[in-house]
Amino acid sequence: MSLNVISFLVENKPGVLFNISNTIRRKNFNIHSITAIAGEEGDTSRITITSKGDPRETDKLVEQLDKMVDIISVKRLDPLRTVMRDMALVKLHTADPMAQEEALFVINKYKGLILDIKPDTVIAQVTGSATEVSDFQAEVTHIGIVEAARTGITAIEKGWITLKEK
Amino acid sequence: MTRTTGSKAYLKTLENEGVTHMFGITGAALIPICDDLLNSDIRYIPGVHEQGSAHMADGYARAANKPGIVQVTSGPGATNIVTPIATAQLDSAPLIAFTGQVPMSMVGTDAFQEVDIIGVTASITKWNHQVRDVSKIPWAVKAGMHVANTGRKGAVVIDLPKNVTTEEAEFDYDVKVELEGYNPIITPKTYELDTAVKILVDAKRPVIIAGGGVISSGSGKELTALAELLMAPTATTLMGKGAIPSNHPMSLGLCGMHGRHEANYMVPDADVLLVVGARFSDRTTATLSGFAPNAKIIHIEIDRSEVDKNISSLTQVVGDAKHALAGIIKRLKVEIIRKNGWHKKIAEYRKYCEPYDYGPGINSPAVMRAIREALPGDAFVTTDVGQHQMFAALHYDVQEPGTFLSSGGLGTMGFGVPSAIGAKAAAPDKKVLTICGDGGFHMTENNLTVAVDEDLPIVVVLMNNKVLGMVAQWQRLFMDGRLSTVDRNYSVDYTELSKSYGAHAVKIESMDHLNTELRRAVDADYTTVIEVPIDPNENVYPHIPPGMGLKDILTED
Repeated sequence: MSLNVISFLVENKPGVLFNISNTIRRKNFNIHSITAIAGEEGDTSRITITSKGDPRETDKLVEQLDKMVDIISVKRLDPLRTVMRDMALVKLHTADPMAQEEALFVINKYKGLILDIKPDTVIAQVTGSATEVSDFQAEVTHIGIVEAARTGITAIEKGWITLKEK
Repeated sequence: MTRTTGSKAYLKTLENEGVTHMFGITGAALIPICDDLLNSDIRYIPGVHEQGSAHMADGYARAANKPGIVQVTSGPGATNIVTPIATAQLDSAPLIAFTGQVPMSMVGTDAFQEVDIIGVTASITKWNHQVRDVSKIPWAVKAGMHVANTGRKGAVVIDLPKNVTTEEAEFDYDVKVELEGYNPIITPKTYELDTAVKILVDAKRPVIIAGGGVISSGSGKELTALAELLMAPTATTLMGKGAIPSNHPMSLGLCGMHGRHEANYMVPDADVLLVVGARFSDRTTATLSGFAPNAKIIHIEIDRSEVDKNISSLTQVVGDAKHALAGIIKRLKVEIIRKNGWHKKIAEYRKYCEPYDYGPGINSPAVMRAIREALPGDAFVTTDVGQHQMFAALHYDVQEPGTFLSSGGLGTMGFGVPSAIGAKAAAPDKKVLTICGDGGFHMTENNLTVAVDEDLPIVVVLMNNKVLGMVAQWQRLFMDGRLSTVDRNYSVDYTELSKSYGAHAVKIESMDHLNTELRRAVDADYTTVIEVPIDPNENVYPHIPPGMGLKDILTED
């Protein structure tokens, strides 16, 4: 079971995301993460979904998704030819000065940003591969995570390949 | 350009697209459209239940090989056609359902007769769309027709909120339909054809399986020509029945769960299996491991997502079957094909084909043969779902592709009578007969009203065994004979019931009686129901038990 990254270019209209998630559900896959944003011109949206599963079975799912009229382009991205980034906002409990010092050290180690400091909390932004972000979260767990929010993976292919050109 | 209401724009666009018939039932959300129908050239055929109307549109679509239109109101009207939509989608029939909807201002408020039909039909349509802007109506109608009737055909739902039909906009019929994400592959790639031909030329034991794609692409002629060129025995799926004439020397008949011996024995023995416009359904393959384990499979398929879905093929030709077959034939004509008499095995296996003796007197195979004798070659036959359907698939010989209409993928009981009425509307000059069991007939027999009162005469052959026969057969064979929930020994008299709809109806007493009545019914210009008593214990053979392979055929109790 590997984590597969599927990227979509779709018509920006109501119901498209529903249709995508409905098909993924029907084919017995589970969405691990999803990021979506309307494009610059407003008539298309770009969606990145990750899902755990056999890559071959995922390719069959992609064929089913590709059939949908409102999906302009969809493909499973080759991890070796793709740049992927994940981001987490993590609020840490840092009332203890020792905890705060350690928090700042770990955030710095992961090249994170400090977005907010209150007397007893710190909000960090950490960006990187999904593994790096997970590692960061694991490393600060014992300090005390009050709350965390993660974007999930967004991805783009290396070189001249684009989603439109398959 | 003229300013006009959404309702008028909708009907005008349909007319311009060549729509001549529309099936449906009216309702509050459709009142503006129904008012404009008074001034439309489209023939509106009112139904008695939306399910029947939508099956009619489906039957019309399959018989005419062009989109069938059903129009129903919001809420219950729309949910009543969910089954026919799924039926059409599974069998790749171009059905377009226009559903009324509450005004946009009330959408999402649980208004009276509001149902989110776009959400409901999302996974059973090829495409669905709610029109939210009156100026987009011509685009939506044209896009719906385009999507339903191109590529792998299918069901489309267009939802029309009431305010969109009453508001006005400039009517622009010439609006371009550009769907960036919809580009069906019609012409196959040259290298795919070359590869397929290379494999076919070296085949020693070639077998062809033809599916519904051959029927819907109208490539029966090309298929038959290829079978002759390769001397390849040719089986069909249920949807492909009629792709090659049943009496053709290369015809193997139906393969699969209720397939004929010669088909089910030759498919697993093939060294090259050419599958044309079929999707390897479980009813065709039986258990996957026993399906042509040693064959090099070439899959001709218009829907790329069907390739390698259930069965992995060695090579594929993605595109319209007509183009693909023509391309292969063109290339094969310059190649030398070694003919080794493999096809002679057909005759060898054929002698196994009817080992089960259905005895003298009235029995289902005999009824099917009597129907074939009574009908002209170009007549349409629709079936319902169950034992009679399999008897028809096995024993009713189809002479022209596309004249045998059946609910294959979804197996929708109740399909028979309304689909026949739709086929009659599509082909008023042709004879249309439907073969039903008592179970399916009783689900939609109320549509006889439409056949009689809309002057769409059909012949119904009602195979009445007073039992839900297919399930009873499974219970007899696999549940130690314990019958449960299948008894249909009802008080209703179907002959008298049919008469009350205004049909001519008769109960059959002997095969001679049946032959006489069939001939009279075929000559008549009114609707006839012929009720044939069938032994409730009759089983349809051959039968492959679930989970078994193609050669594991049951031929007796």
